[in-house]
Amino acid sequence: MDAKDKTNAVRKPREKRAWYQAAFALGLNAWLPAWFKGEIFQGGVKGVCVPALNCYSCPSALGACPIGALQNSFGGLRFNLSVAEKKFGLYVAGFLGAVGSVVGRMPCGWICPFGFIQELLHKIPSPKVRLPHFMSYFRYVVLATMVVALPLLIVDQFGFGQTWFCKWICPAGTLEAGIPLVILNADLRGLIGFMYYWKIGLLVLFIGWFILSRRPFCRTVCPLGAIFGLFNKGSLFRMAVDDEKCTLCDKCYEDCPVEIKIYESPNTPDCVRCLKCVSSCKFGAISYEFLGKREVAQDLRLEGKT
Amino acid sequence: MRRKLPWVLLIVFLGIMVAGLLLGEYKTVLEKAVTVCLDCIGIG
Repeated sequence: MDAKDKTNAVRKPREKRAWYQAAFALGLNAWLPAWFKGEIFQGGVKGVCVPALNCYSCPSALGACPIGALQNSFGGLRFNLSVAEKKFGLYVAGFLGAVGSVVGRMPCGWICPFGFIQELLHKIPSPKVRLPHFMSYFRYVVLATMVVALPLLIVDQFGFGQTWFCKWICPAGTLEAGIPLVILNADLRGLIGFMYYWKIGLLVLFIGWFILSRRPFCRTVCPLGAIFGLFNKGSLFRMAVDDEKCTLCDKCYEDCPVEIKIYESPNTPDCVRCLKCVSSCKFGAISYEFLGKREVAQDLRLEGKT
Repeated sequence: MRRKLPWVLLIVFLGIMVAGLLLGEYKTVLEKAVTVCLDCIGIG
């Protein structure tokens, strides 16, 4: 295999990312019989966390959403109640940290079904709106308040905390679980009230935003992306930009699904590591490194293609 | 230069995960995951 063939072989997975996203979306929700029964999958493997915002009340979900599991741990952590289980969420936190230590925020770009849905909806022709960078800090506020502080500090009439993010915000739960379960299950249909309409309204707003802006939920709201992003600078997988080759043409910025200028900060917490920029760069300036192996996109100028 | 930080982080978090598993947290997560989450679907 000559050098050119080798480079092309490396390019292939990046350019078929949508297929990987579709495969993971299906793979994480593979228990299809549940869709015909109006129930959710209840197998013993469902305690395995998945590195994606994939609601475990989606009828066919095979694994546990780590953000839901984390809130449940914090909500149930009550030292003053003898019935409380006193689980600290170590399993979930350790899982998130281990995944983050290896690949950082890469699951957002390749695995998360809700990220995939946003990218698909953004393909609908419409005026497009760029998001100001300061909005990306809002996801840390959501993480600190809705996922950690409120479940820990605010208790219901039974003395337990609630899953605030799932209850008041998460549009993934509404889309993947709320709508299908209410359609399929007559008992649940009878329980619809204000909260259901609130979440449907929020989902509609989010869907409109997905069409207008690139992955706005991932960038401004998602607490899972906020956690994984914290590991981008310290993970085994690393992005790198060769300043000598970079011409600041901004092709990477134009193609980026989360609108970052990777040449300013290759391992920014905002990057979902989809590697689209590696394919976009015609100058071979952007590369990634994993376990000591570095891959660079082909320099098209050298091949006379530009 | 070989970076040590990611390996340290990985070992620490794997240790935390194993500690959680030994404390029976898998069962806790499983119990929640196999129950319809009314909050998630907007009925809670």
